[in-house]
Amino acid sequence: MAIFFIQVLNSLFYASVLFLIAAGLSLIFGVMRIVNMAHGALYGIGAFVTAWLVGRAVAFGAAPAWLFLLIPVGAGVVALIGLVIEPLLLRRFYRRAEEYQLLVTFGLLLILEDAVRFVWGGLPLTADALMDAVPSVRLGGLVYPGYNIVVIGVGVAAAVALWAVIYRTKFGIMLRATSQDRRMASALGINVGAVYVSAFAIGCFMAGLGGAIIVPSQAAVLGMGINALVLAFVVVVIGGLGSLQGALVGALIVSFVRTLGIQFFPEIELAVLYLIAALVLLVKPTGLFGNA
Amino acid sequence: MTVLLQTIDLRKQFGETRACDGVNFVVHQGEFLSLVGSNGAGKTSLVNLISGQLRPDSGKILFEGNDITSATVSERIRAGIARSFQIVNLFDGMTVFDNVSLSIFSRQGKAAHMAALASHDGDVRSEALEVLGQFGLREKTGIVAAELAQGERKLLDVAIAYALRPKLLFLDEPTSGVSTRDKAQIMDTVSGIVRAGSVTAVIIEHDMDVVFRYSDRIVMMHEGSFLADGTPEEIKANKDVANILLGAPLSA
Amino acid sequence: MMKADAPIVSHRPELALAAVSAVVLVALALVPQVVDLYQTQLLTYGLIAAIAALGFNLLLGYTGLLSFGHSAFFGIGAYTIAFLLRYLNIHSMEIYLAIGLAVVAVTSVLFGYICVRHTRIFFGILTLALSQVLYSLALKLFWVTGGTDGLRVARPSLLFGLVTFSGAGSFQRFIGTYYYYVLALFAVSVVILWVIVHSPFGKALQAIRDNETRAAFLGLRIPRYRLIAFTISGTFTGLAGILWAPLNGLATPDVLYWTFSGEIVFTALLGGFRSFAGPIVGGIVFTYLKTYAVATTEYWQALLGAVLVLLVIVLPTGIVGALSQLAAKLTTKAKS
Repeated sequence: MAIFFIQVLNSLFYASVLFLIAAGLSLIFGVMRIVNMAHGALYGIGAFVTAWLVGRAVAFGAAPAWLFLLIPVGAGVVALIGLVIEPLLLRRFYRRAEEYQLLVTFGLLLILEDAVRFVWGGLPLTADALMDAVPSVRLGGLVYPGYNIVVIGVGVAAAVALWAVIYRTKFGIMLRATSQDRRMASALGINVGAVYVSAFAIGCFMAGLGGAIIVPSQAAVLGMGINALVLAFVVVVIGGLGSLQGALVGALIVSFVRTLGIQFFPEIELAVLYLIAALVLLVKPTGLFGNA
Repeated sequence: MTVLLQTIDLRKQFGETRACDGVNFVVHQGEFLSLVGSNGAGKTSLVNLISGQLRPDSGKILFEGNDITSATVSERIRAGIARSFQIVNLFDGMTVFDNVSLSIFSRQGKAAHMAALASHDGDVRSEALEVLGQFGLREKTGIVAAELAQGERKLLDVAIAYALRPKLLFLDEPTSGVSTRDKAQIMDTVSGIVRAGSVTAVIIEHDMDVVFRYSDRIVMMHEGSFLADGTPEEIKANKDVANILLGAPLSA
Repeated sequence: MMKADAPIVSHRPELALAAVSAVVLVALALVPQVVDLYQTQLLTYGLIAAIAALGFNLLLGYTGLLSFGHSAFFGIGAYTIAFLLRYLNIHSMEIYLAIGLAVVAVTSVLFGYICVRHTRIFFGILTLALSQVLYSLALKLFWVTGGTDGLRVARPSLLFGLVTFSGAGSFQRFIGTYYYYVLALFAVSVVILWVIVHSPFGKALQAIRDNETRAAFLGLRIPRYRLIAFTISGTFTGLAGILWAPLNGLATPDVLYWTFSGEIVFTALLGGFRSFAGPIVGGIVFTYLKTYAVATTEYWQALLGAVLVLLVIVLPTGIVGALSQLAAKLTTKAKS
């Protein structure tokens, strides 16, 4: 019984991370109508940066409580990268065919993956200190990392915060207006360029946050970006691209199937996930909540 | 006269607006019918429903007695319906010749043939040239569609639909966006070809001069339903129509 | 572009094209006589890359679908050969081709059925995810696929066992002979794809690419055409994988990895995806570029990415596109 409960917690843990990545991807698509192929790489950079910062802080003798602040810092670094990428690379392609945007962000993906290798080498980077900073929890007769529960909390908080920003703030209104009709929004006086850059930065922040919160539990390794990207893609295919609910529901579905998969048929869990995505698409071509 | 197309209580609503409010539209074989009415009257919605781009909220569409209400666009085309577009809709990257010949290949079921060169099909080539000649585009066969003048693009748009040799041809404002001088030429060409080919045609038009000069029958729509339906003489005598068209010349 | 009143009946452009192609083919055939073994081997890889790119570009340039997962077909082609050798002890190249092409074609149809119903972005996402699924399978089912070590592919016999390679000097003989084998299949592929692209089917694809709505209003069943194009595209890229495996001597998971799909995309873009010959030029040029890039820097992937971005910004029509624009400018200058 306790094992079952632990699997549920593991699924929720991973769903939180997936939600952050997928929601970022969906937000960017919803507002700007582009899919950033390098989104997964940004998640990886979030992980590496945070792990590195944690390593430095520990060497510096920082107390565990302070280490938690490094998580939003790591995510913030990724947001800054996003603030550089959007005007430099993406802006010129909004009026051009979608293919060019995909190609450019794909090129960016190649660059960023190698950049990570260049800066941090090929070895995994860990942030165990953060994990250890949270006391373990007893469940039945078993011990479970308290940190994972913190992550679930972060996931829930992020979902709520995102919902609040989009549906309860003035900025959220501007976001929604721009995503529905860019020209109309511009005619109404909204600074579309600023909305685009902000949306992109928020999306990148979320990807970076996903990487930052997972790295204490799972070391940062090369190639983690593309694996996450594929899973995030499956999430938005199932949940619908551009939908916040879709990212949430999709993340939960993918995460639970993945946990089941790893338990019962570990070699083919990705294939099973893809099959589920294909089935969803056959029935509902734009995903469960999508309208792309 | 035989009924070619019939809609039964066709309804389509967009939010509060009733684009088609229980429309019973009948088109007879061989007619040259004009569909008129002010903007928003529902003409384009009706044509979009019949051609398959829109699904109706309720009602049926019968073509040659067959229920095509749930047929896809390409199924309706293959059944014999075709349309041209108000905003010109061409294959801009392909030559004028290719634009028209593809309709012929499709009609003859040859569009999926991949083991022979398109340019070597003599039958298709001669028919395409013939159609282009009828539409006055014979000199432009090798030119890429994007480079044609506006009037020529409109003619090509109709030619592509015509080359399908449809049983029922919808022309969506074939003279809009065109200079007055070209208008007459386009309409003369189109009506001449259509009559000679015995194609049943329904044209959406705003220019009442054009409508009165060329139509066998005029149907006027207003706010989603039919206001008047008759020959040009009957329509001219209709007081309701005159009220709606206040300001439009009724000379013929 | 043809002049307004140029007769479309004339076969002159096609004869000219045939003449130029014949010259190029003869030149390619003479290459092994004038260069060393290493260069011949490199050019063989180049022709293989050209076949993969040509297959890919049927989908991108002519149908308007950008696939980020074509490594799947290349890899399936390569691994099918490895499996045929390892589990059925087959050594004949012709049997490799027969069975390999069948497997790749079936896979393409299955994958295409899922992918082609979707809009452009979803199509890209689905194809990428697909190739990664295959990659993960190749990695994890290591007792079947050899995992990261891959599977060995021995030199096959050519022409139904007539030509075999063993004993002293066999490597040299293999490289020398295999070049012509690949060249022949390259020529056949070029002809087949050229005919397809200029057939009514090819015109229909381009129409669907240019204006999907109007194409439907011509009565074309769009998903069906896209599926057929996808199948042909995957099969030719798979053919490249089949030809690649014996040359490489090893089938490894990296030809299933997403970066390899990126390379295929890059070759089409480099050569120019709006022309027929673009991918051929791109495939060959890229092979040389990559060889020198890999030798120069460990971070050649970043280099690839940077050049890809530059290409999209500066030279979206690729080498062939740029050359033809240049030629057009020079001819108009010459006339004035």
